[in-house]
Amino acid sequence: MSQTAILSVEDLRVRFQTEDGSVQAVSGVSFDVRRGEVLAIVGESGCGKSVTAMSLMGLTRGPNAEITGRATLDGTELIGAGDTELQRIRGNTMAMVFQDPMSSMNPVYKVGDQIVEQIQAHRDVSDADAQEQAVELLDAVGIPGAAERVESFPHEFSGGMRQRAMIAMGLSTEPDLLIADEPTTALDVTIQAQIMRLLRRLNEERGLSTILITHDLGVVADIADRVLVMYAGEIVESGTLDQIFYDPQHPYTWGLLGSVMRLDRPRSERLAQIKGQPPSLLRPPEGCKFRPRCPHAFEKCVQHPVLEARGGDPAHLDRCWLDAERKRAVRTTATGEIGLEAA
Amino acid sequence: MADTNGATPLLQVTDLVKHFPIKSGVLVDRQIGAVRAVDGVSFSVAPGETLGLVGESGCGKSTLARTILQLLEPTAGSVRFDGREIAGVGRRELRPLRREMQMIFQDPYASLNPRKRVGQIVGSPLKLHGLAEGKELRGQVEELLDRVGLAPEHYNRYPHEFSGGQRQRIGIARALALRPKLIIADEPVSALDVSIQAQIINLLEDLQDEFKLTYIFVAHDLGVVRHVADRVAVMYLGKIVELGPADEVYAKPVHPYTEALLSAVPIPDPKTNAARTERVLEGDVPSPANPPEACRFHTRCPYATEICSEVEPELEEHRRRQWAACHHPLNVGAGGRTSDPAGLQA
Amino acid sequence: MARFVVRRLFSMLLVLFAVSVLTFLIFNVIPNGDPAVRMAGKQPNEEQIEAIRKEWGFDENIVVQYGTTMEKLFTGDMISYFTQLDVVDEIIKGIPRTLSLAVGAAIIWMAFGVGLGLYTAMRAGKVSDTFLTVLALIGISMPVFWIGALMNHYLGFELGIFPNGGYVEFTENPADWFYHLILPWTALSILFIGVYSRVLRSNVLDTINEDYVRTARAKGLSERRVLIKHVLRNSLIPVVTLWGLDFAVVIGGGAILTETVFNLQGVGQYAADAIGQLDVPPILAVTMFGAFFVVVVNAFVDIAYAALDPRIRLESGSSAA
Repeated sequence: MSQTAILSVEDLRVRFQTEDGSVQAVSGVSFDVRRGEVLAIVGESGCGKSVTAMSLMGLTRGPNAEITGRATLDGTELIGAGDTELQRIRGNTMAMVFQDPMSSMNPVYKVGDQIVEQIQAHRDVSDADAQEQAVELLDAVGIPGAAERVESFPHEFSGGMRQRAMIAMGLSTEPDLLIADEPTTALDVTIQAQIMRLLRRLNEERGLSTILITHDLGVVADIADRVLVMYAGEIVESGTLDQIFYDPQHPYTWGLLGSVMRLDRPRSERLAQIKGQPPSLLRPPEGCKFRPRCPHAFEKCVQHPVLEARGGDPAHLDRCWLDAERKRAVRTTATGEIGLEAA
Repeated sequence: MADTNGATPLLQVTDLVKHFPIKSGVLVDRQIGAVRAVDGVSFSVAPGETLGLVGESGCGKSTLARTILQLLEPTAGSVRFDGREIAGVGRRELRPLRREMQMIFQDPYASLNPRKRVGQIVGSPLKLHGLAEGKELRGQVEELLDRVGLAPEHYNRYPHEFSGGQRQRIGIARALALRPKLIIADEPVSALDVSIQAQIINLLEDLQDEFKLTYIFVAHDLGVVRHVADRVAVMYLGKIVELGPADEVYAKPVHPYTEALLSAVPIPDPKTNAARTERVLEGDVPSPANPPEACRFHTRCPYATEICSEVEPELEEHRRRQWAACHHPLNVGAGGRTSDPAGLQA
Repeated sequence: MARFVVRRLFSMLLVLFAVSVLTFLIFNVIPNGDPAVRMAGKQPNEEQIEAIRKEWGFDENIVVQYGTTMEKLFTGDMISYFTQLDVVDEIIKGIPRTLSLAVGAAIIWMAFGVGLGLYTAMRAGKVSDTFLTVLALIGISMPVFWIGALMNHYLGFELGIFPNGGYVEFTENPADWFYHLILPWTALSILFIGVYSRVLRSNVLDTINEDYVRTARAKGLSERRVLIKHVLRNSLIPVVTLWGLDFAVVIGGGAILTETVFNLQGVGQYAADAIGQLDVPPILAVTMFGAFFVVVVNAFVDIAYAALDPRIRLESGSSAA
């Protein structure tokens, strides 16, 4: 796997003016996506993971949005790019797949036509050729009878087929980067497994760099190479898959890992939970944003923590003032598992 | 099928059927078929236990939940609650029984009337059944709100002022108001964030102990069901394909569909996940309007043979207290196929 | 498709039958007094009244009366006793005029309504949106006979910019035909433009937030293409069906006021005159004519809806004729 970064994001900030006030949805997010890797961005609702991805695609631009920072895709600047320039990039070198495939496709056009539309927006290709490519794409994502299905409408597909078709659409211009925003959340678990297998295959066979946005740690464990954990608009931890799961350095990560209900563990007496709720982005707390919910908070936490490497590996970053030794001590709960409530 | 260790079941469902007719015709609509949402389901639930009901979309679990509660009228079959037959019983007779069985719904954003205040929402069951009014009513409601983790001040607020998790707590308070014996929770945490899910699950478990509740927990998330259920029933296309103690079903599934479900759930642990043998189920779920012949799962089953498309398997006790409807059960006896899709034996 | 057509024909016949029975009851049976006298017009004599009574079967039972009335209607053997003119002939004479008014106005109100709707949707919340919305509401609030009369009087009579009412056959002089219709088209369209722009604005604002529009943008399509092929295309579906229905109503007599004010002598005006005199045969005929048009156009609207939205299947769901 090459170490060169295909996407480099620097200090991305996104602020929305809403009826209730100003919301800082993303505050200073910086990360790289290496060529050929799968980067997972994990967090719960409101953490800013979707807004980050959509801002890279320019889909959050509008009169009420203030987007600053830099993002370079293979040398091309995204955040500062003009609308027309960005239109040429998205759906072309950078493609996105969304959560709900039923509502994400226009119900009045055939699936094949919608794929052809994307191809012809970026390539000078005849109708017949584009149609042929559409059939090949549907076949490549595992839709049986692709030549006939290309004439079907979205509502004639099942949920899993629709998501495959969306992925086919995303692949149609052979992008360098695929962003998948909760691609399996709306699907049944056996269908989810099929889609995950497809995404993994695409990543391995084509070297397709992928950003996978999800709230499901199982999905992350299944497919990701590196992980970013987001909370209240910030990255609170970033590292390799093993680092995040086996050596997590942020209390929120401990909380997430602890509250996931695992199939392979016996019933626990009481599930480890994170008390309280994610903070309001209208009036975020002072200092560390996780402080109100963190049982390990101490005096320094009133200062907003900096994202840096504290655990040893310079590539494993976290946003928690506790020193590495203390972290390793308190993150193990009474059951011996990683969790938020101290033993 | 007793399956309740001899104790008298609180709920006994026998051959329950719910079909939704499909109508078509030239001049007059005639029934040309039916969506066989629930197609002959039998099980029982002992007092105080939690029965998990799992399956994917189209399996009929939500329809089953509503039919048991008589929110939908059964097409056929019997539902005995506390010894009394309630299937197809008239509304008058059903009314007092409604106090004993309640439901918690999936979507906390849709299941609360946005025009009513929280106090009204939680209090109206009490009022309707004439159990309390005025100051006493308010007192009881505030106590309920407190019990589910909300503040008494929330009495006068509207649902939209609360988060998803809090709204679900309101729904739970409402279900508890009448002190029912049975609560059917239909995907109570699916719409919530993971960290909030744990809070609600813990709350439901505490309440079960305190109020001596019996739960039927409908969910598609196998991980969640693992933590709450004593016994688990797996549904596929309107039928129960496996039923048994949760520990056993998860560790040693008998029905191939259960195996496929367990195998499909990714475990949030990279090494464990990678060590499991992958068994990905191909294709889509067939339509409940036109289910496959004989064993409904045979079209997707990796172990299917001729008999599976000819003879419908009955639910049999293939392992102790574990029932499955399959001609080629897994994890049974010596020399049979073994399977550990959840990686529990690793 | 065949099943749909059969079902539809059947229900259309049912509706027409029901309308005919109701109309018949309303005009001939329910009001007190002698229907023959009512029909005979001003200053009839006994002979005429008796003749009418025999011809229309008023001395027979209700079912025969109904049968006779319908027979006369369909064979075109119906005379107005007030004007002594053949009713069906008069209607046929009025059809091209009414059609000219209706078709022209329909095109105008659709074009302007959609244009205005799209424009205000794109500028939702801004000053221009509020301003144009108020304008649209004024348009909806102005009664067509009032605005029509005003335009006719000031622009036609006083200033002479436009002709003072009347209609010129297209075959006679196309330019003049057009010229005479400008004011009537405007008067009739103003109301509909107001309504349609509001409906389309609302549809566009809903559609623009749909996930598939976001996907279209994510595909890198030009904003123009997103707007036309994805937003507008989907927003228009309910509007097109609405248009069909309104058109049917206008042809069926809904343009009564406009025709009268501008003296176009179309079917609507014919009906207005007949109503004024309680001249029953024309009223009966025009009602049936209107009902027929509404029912037929409705069927086409349903077909169009299914053609525009592939999720709608013709045979599923009930459809009123």
